[in-house]
Amino acid sequence: MGRSRISRWTVAIPLIWLLLFLAAPFVMVFLISLSEVRLAMPPYAPFIEWVADSWRWNLDADNYLFIWQDGLYFEAFSYSLKVAAIATLCCLLVGYPMAYAIAQAPERWRSWLLLAIILPFWTSFLLRVYAWIGLLKTDGLINQALLALGVITSPLQLLYTDFAVLIGIVYSYLPFMILPLYANLERHDRLLLEAAADLGASTWTRFWRITLPLSRPGVVAGCLLVFIPAAGEFVIPSLLGRSDQLMIGRVLADEFFANRDWPVAGAVAMILLIVLLLPMVGFQKSIQRQSEDGV
Amino acid sequence: MSRRGYGSLAAGRFSRFMLVLGFLFLYLPIISLIIFSFNYSRLVTVWDSANSPSLRWYQELLNNEALLGAAWLSVQVAALTATLAVVLGTLAAFALLRAGPLRSRALLSAMIGAPLVMPEIITGLSLLLLFVTLEQWLGWPAGRGMLTIVIAHATLAMAYVAVVVQSRLASFDRSLEEAALDLGATPTTVFWRITLPLMWPALLSGWLLAFTLSWDDVVIAQFVAGPNASTLPMWVFSKLRLGVSPEINALATLVILFVALVLGCGTWLSRRRERQVQRPVST
Repeated sequence: MGRSRISRWTVAIPLIWLLLFLAAPFVMVFLISLSEVRLAMPPYAPFIEWVADSWRWNLDADNYLFIWQDGLYFEAFSYSLKVAAIATLCCLLVGYPMAYAIAQAPERWRSWLLLAIILPFWTSFLLRVYAWIGLLKTDGLINQALLALGVITSPLQLLYTDFAVLIGIVYSYLPFMILPLYANLERHDRLLLEAAADLGASTWTRFWRITLPLSRPGVVAGCLLVFIPAAGEFVIPSLLGRSDQLMIGRVLADEFFANRDWPVAGAVAMILLIVLLLPMVGFQKSIQRQSEDGV
Repeated sequence: MSRRGYGSLAAGRFSRFMLVLGFLFLYLPIISLIIFSFNYSRLVTVWDSANSPSLRWYQELLNNEALLGAAWLSVQVAALTATLAVVLGTLAAFALLRAGPLRSRALLSAMIGAPLVMPEIITGLSLLLLFVTLEQWLGWPAGRGMLTIVIAHATLAMAYVAVVVQSRLASFDRSLEEAALDLGATPTTVFWRITLPLMWPALLSGWLLAFTLSWDDVVIAQFVAGPNASTLPMWVFSKLRLGVSPEINALATLVILFVALVLGCGTWLSRRRERQVQRPVST
């Protein structure tokens, strides 16, 4: 009896916490995204109001319509998704061989190599982005090196470009790609590859026909772990990006802090969430398919 | 038979080459950051060979009141967050694997994963809107500051703790607990004497993970901190928007050294423990 009471609290405490601080905030964002901006504190119209002797709901889809009609938001969304997609691809191309090499390394080396991958991730995210400012500046180290080598005669504009944002994102999220890939590649059965080699398959054939298909869950997990935060990224474009090319995270923050238009910021957040939810659902499906195939 | 399998292949050579290149990519920026923290000049990337190396920026760091205040707030927030997140995340992990009615368990598992995949900016925005509304309706939380940051960070971090603890619990040998119960120990005794001691490495790594998440976060704090509280990342972020500053190099170097030390010791200890556990079996 005592046990079941304990077990009930074990569920109830985290459940109540999450309902209060995860689910309720979402409902708030959704409701506010349907509201309209007012000069008040908080700066939105009450959801329901007593106007001229009747209750009136102040909820409608105007903000979504506004976002749909204003080209700026569409551009910011598509730009963010494009940057996130390219960064994800770069992370995959760099991260896959790295994860592969670590999985192949002698056992006693592996935990140290993994540590070396994680270490930059544990040092502050902001400080890592900051390091790139020093490298990419007009009088930064990359330009100094290129000038000294005589490759260029005048410094290149590297900082505050799309390229800088891309580098920043790839640099910050590379470990998120490598770790799930490594976790997958490490479990592969070497016998499969040896059998294929004995049957005369070339290196490439073995990679394409065995290693890559087997590592699909790792690839998908790594890509999602990079793509989703990259699409909503706000710090990297603010520090490294062009001031005229806005990523949606920055647009959201500007709507909120600078314009104090909470309803529009809420609507942007809802749309971003829905856009990013789609690949998640696809991922769930692919995992289900995988486990069904396995059976 | 010739050794065709592994190691001697072009694929292995290519991937090792990429690994070296990848490590250069990961570490060159950090190394340059550290080197230039000893630069005397205010121009961060131009080496002033007459006066360098110098500890000038480390000294200025230690005399910067705003920075020290922000760092102290960050430490407090991170420690509180980590403790709260370990309690909540562990409860959630136990609930998911062992206890409770099925329906609330399904609800819990649906919600606990959400903070892991949500962009931080959405978490921050939604929590701020909640805090503002609650304050208007109930008068709580009165103003925003340390409390609201801790609540926001703990909500994010408990999801990570739950993942860590769950993976440990899944490989947990329950027969130990059952044996103790059969021998007449109360569930409470079993929890304190058996479950908890076996769980503590997972709890510790969960605590450290939560601490780091909180210590590092700028986006969520930016939303929920309110005008009067500034964590260390918030201070750094506002400073960076104005441009580079050699003080930040010095700060970064100290942070990196500290993290490398803690992680290095942790890995070394856990490897030594593994070896001690394995030795009697292998010989």
